[in-house]
Amino acid sequence: MADEDDDIILSELDDDELVQQMQDDLYDGMKEEVEEGVNILLERGWAPYDVLTTALVGGMTVVGRDFRDGILFVPEVLLAAGAMKGGMAILKPLLAETGAPRMGKMVIGTVKGDIHDIGQNLVTMMMEGAGFEVLNIGINRSVDDYIAAIKEFDADILGMSALLTTTMPYMKVVIDQLKADGLRDDYVVLVGGAPLNEEFGRAIGADAYCRDAAVAVETAKEFMARKHNQVAG
Amino acid sequence: MDLDDTKLTHEGLKLPAPQKARVLLLACGALAHEILALIRANGWDHLSLTCLPAILHNTPEKITPAVEQAVLRHRDDFDQIFVVYADCGTGGLLQAACERLGVEMMPGPHCYAFFEGVDSFAEHGEGTAFYLTDFLVKQFDSFVWKPLGLDRYPELLPSYFRYYDRLVYLAQTDDPDLDSRARDCAARLGLEYERRLTGYGDLGSALTDHSSR
Repeated sequence: MADEDDDIILSELDDDELVQQMQDDLYDGMKEEVEEGVNILLERGWAPYDVLTTALVGGMTVVGRDFRDGILFVPEVLLAAGAMKGGMAILKPLLAETGAPRMGKMVIGTVKGDIHDIGQNLVTMMMEGAGFEVLNIGINRSVDDYIAAIKEFDADILGMSALLTTTMPYMKVVIDQLKADGLRDDYVVLVGGAPLNEEFGRAIGADAYCRDAAVAVETAKEFMARKHNQVAG
Repeated sequence: MDLDDTKLTHEGLKLPAPQKARVLLLACGALAHEILALIRANGWDHLSLTCLPAILHNTPEKITPAVEQAVLRHRDDFDQIFVVYADCGTGGLLQAACERLGVEMMPGPHCYAFFEGVDSFAEHGEGTAFYLTDFLVKQFDSFVWKPLGLDRYPELLPSYFRYYDRLVYLAQTDDPDLDSRARDCAARLGLEYERRLTGYGDLGSALTDHSSR
């Protein structure tokens, strides 16, 4: 996508062209160009939330779709994520100042014995892009770590990730402890990771298995909407 | 039989025809060398081997349907089929499929575990070790380096390996050349290196068990 774009001057593009170019640059993992595009849109008076959703999340949605369809692979997704992260770093403090919409709060971490965090980092970024506040507690997390974090952060959603067949059963340990403590119904529990499947998610008592970051965002939004409807009703 | 590791990675191993054997071993291409060595060493003429492409391991969601299809294709030609896969990242789906099809498979989470011995592997609990076998040392670039994009984007190395502390080479054969190549793989990944000579581990005993039925 990028080869023919070497001579493009981002500041000379109109808004629509610039957004399209930023989405292409994000797809190609061009972090500096994405950061430059974010700054240009902000200088033109765009609200930080609009830059985030239109240019960055819009671009990352295409990346997620092409990953799901086998057009892009993990390395390219990581590069795109790195580019989005660069743009997010500029926008995050501004989003806090300008009062962007808040969808809900999530704690996410990789389970005990597992050190793989690529998936949960992607989920974190996409959830933040969708307006969720996310506390990413990292890798190798025990049941006590999870429970302390969801209480302290006042989370709506608990997300657990695992890459290994040997570590994924630990998710049930966490869910069982939530039940034992009488906390299970206070949180939406979402699980994900390469060896997981819907059947496993059901068997351990999670609310949903999420196949990828985009599905995690949509699932989280659905649960938050249900929760709000229940409160309203 | 001469085996081409690149073919084992991407195409698998076709069943030689015609077949007189009664038992089919349906295996991962990464295990072809070891299984054929055991068949030769023990004179197990009643066992025949076919392999699915080893690279399926990089997309574990494709393993179960591929195994299922192969079992259905071959089941009328053999008295018995033994699936020489462990769970291999299928999250229990391969085990469920094998039960449904009425065939047995290897125990344990993956081939590293049954080469080392499933019990011993579980006891070690080495979550921060990256494992290679003989086959994976030989196919390191095809299995690890290129699929992770490290040939094109070396800057991604920390994203994948920052929490690993060592590479453990589980050696099926005592081969100084493979030892040296495995050590080089560890250096490329920036990890400490450890070699354990495991031989064929639980693979040998599982095939012995099936050969005596």
